[in-house]
Amino acid sequence: MSAFPANPPQELPAKSAALLELRNVAKRFAAVDVLKNISLNIASGEFLTLLGESGSGKTTVLRLIAGFAQPSSGEIWMSGERLDLLPPYKRRVNTVFQNYALFPHLSACDNVAYGLRVKNTPTSEIAARVEEALRMVKMQGFAASRPARLSGGQQQRIALARALVNRPRLLLLDEPLSALDANLRKQMQGELKSLQREIGVTFLFVTHDQEEAMALSDRIALLRDGALEQVASPREIYAHPATAYTAEFIGQTNLLRGEIRGGMVTCGALRWPSDEADGAVIFSLRPEAIRICADDKRQPSEVRFRAAVRQQFYGGSSELLEVDCGNGQTLRVRVPVGGPLAGEQDFVFSLCDPTRVAE
Amino acid sequence: MTRSSTVRRAPLLALYATFVFAFIYLPIVVLVVYSFNRDGVGGFPPRHFTLGWYTVLFADSSIWNSVLNSLIVAAASVALSLGLGLLAALALDRAGFPGKSLFRRLVLLPLILPGIITGLSLLMFAVFSGLHPSLATVFLGHATALISVATTELFAGLQKLDRAQEEASLDLGATPWQTFWRITLPNLKLSLIAAGLLIFTLSMDEIAVTFFLIGRDNTLPLEIWARLRRGITPEINAISTLIFVSSVALLVIWYHLRARSLGARSPEFLEQLGETS
Repeated sequence: MSAFPANPPQELPAKSAALLELRNVAKRFAAVDVLKNISLNIASGEFLTLLGESGSGKTTVLRLIAGFAQPSSGEIWMSGERLDLLPPYKRRVNTVFQNYALFPHLSACDNVAYGLRVKNTPTSEIAARVEEALRMVKMQGFAASRPARLSGGQQQRIALARALVNRPRLLLLDEPLSALDANLRKQMQGELKSLQREIGVTFLFVTHDQEEAMALSDRIALLRDGALEQVASPREIYAHPATAYTAEFIGQTNLLRGEIRGGMVTCGALRWPSDEADGAVIFSLRPEAIRICADDKRQPSEVRFRAAVRQQFYGGSSELLEVDCGNGQTLRVRVPVGGPLAGEQDFVFSLCDPTRVAE
Repeated sequence: MTRSSTVRRAPLLALYATFVFAFIYLPIVVLVVYSFNRDGVGGFPPRHFTLGWYTVLFADSSIWNSVLNSLIVAAASVALSLGLGLLAALALDRAGFPGKSLFRRLVLLPLILPGIITGLSLLMFAVFSGLHPSLATVFLGHATALISVATTELFAGLQKLDRAQEEASLDLGATPWQTFWRITLPNLKLSLIAAGLLIFTLSMDEIAVTFFLIGRDNTLPLEIWARLRRGITPEINAISTLIFVSSVALLVIWYHLRARSLGARSPEFLEQLGETS
């Protein structure tokens, strides 16, 4: 006879802090591997963004979590409960769809009330919660309007209210801002972020826009061809991209391909000392890490090089230069706004700026 | 050059069009005009306007019995063919099963099958299964023949439906059954009404299938046909005029609903909405 309880909690996920856990999830559609062995944890209250190009599988991840598709293999867990075996309507997950998918035959108010009505919530409670949700997205004045009468931004707010009124543990947002024009988009980003902070609901946000991902997320999960390339905070992923792909996808960078030999890195015209082992290497060097060097003082912690300015792109707050270091090696350099630049200039970057990345 | 040739051709074209329209509509005009002619269907031009034939018509109880029979059959046919047509359309739209393309063809076959074949085969079926020809067999005949109309219309409606709405409904916690009643059906409303009106009109003036299956109670078209054998009276013109007017009314409603259901989600329509709001 065992002294242990009859039901040891074997079924609990390894990290109980995770709200949602994808364990080795894969999805095949007609012999195509849309998702390859994805494992990802989402913490409670987190704003996590799935970032990737179109076709990278990010929407498929959302559809698997929402329950509109079944994983070919692997498991999805939510708070210690197997999620992928439940039908969509039994999951405490709500979705904001890319084109909102509002019900055209129902008013804004009835759209928001829908989730509560189908679950037979008492009428008085429905009224209160719908009003609260509409107030949350600042749409109290539009309760009676049909979706066709609302602008894109307003439909977006109703879609958000319709999902949040159900008090989901996890809100899935499928490129919710992609249909909005640039200004409205920026404004909605801000509102989305503060709303998430305010109500503390976990957001899983899908976008192909890396700036949007950087601005909003606690963590970014970068997808590439159905596999996770890197999962990290925006600062971490920008400062220390793990791969060349990540470095180029997130922000702008210069990829320096070269080799280390005898304690010296050689990437084209650029050379600097390194104590790493010999072999081929790739470094990512952000354009803003490179400065124009006015004086002649040589610091041991800096790398100096001379290059000709080929192009100058004025960007308001800064300027982007395309410079030629010789032998066709071009670099992008971001400098503060100055006058027009031409001819050969001295440039400098610090030894700690190049980040070594994998292929 | 092009311009002058169209100008030259236009009068002939206009004349041709006039003849075509006259060929189609003149008989109907004559029918309507003579329903108001005191001297009956003989004699040209019509003289002595009267509403007398309509008075005779309204007192004719056997005509009104046949109208009632036709209405009952048409209403019942609408209900049954819409019910079965909706199921067939749903199967065609979203189920995958072996023999689906065969199923599609079989469902749509009655649309092109001659009424005489449908009528004869249904009569044989009725005889074999011991059913006596009656309004009930007529109703079954109409409903069977018109399922294809319902299926076509509703399938078109389902194809236009945005499936993301149904996913949104499931996502919000509605069961598939709730989703069907609250989202799918309301979105199909216009298609359902349009199909219903079309089926109603088709059933109201159906003769071929009805002829084989009718018992003692006549439908309106068969009552008219039976009376014609005894000679034409302006009373027939009067009832025909009423049928014509109500058919046109139903078709106009059907046309408008169809245009609305087709146009409601078109990009141009949404653009116009966006500009006005």
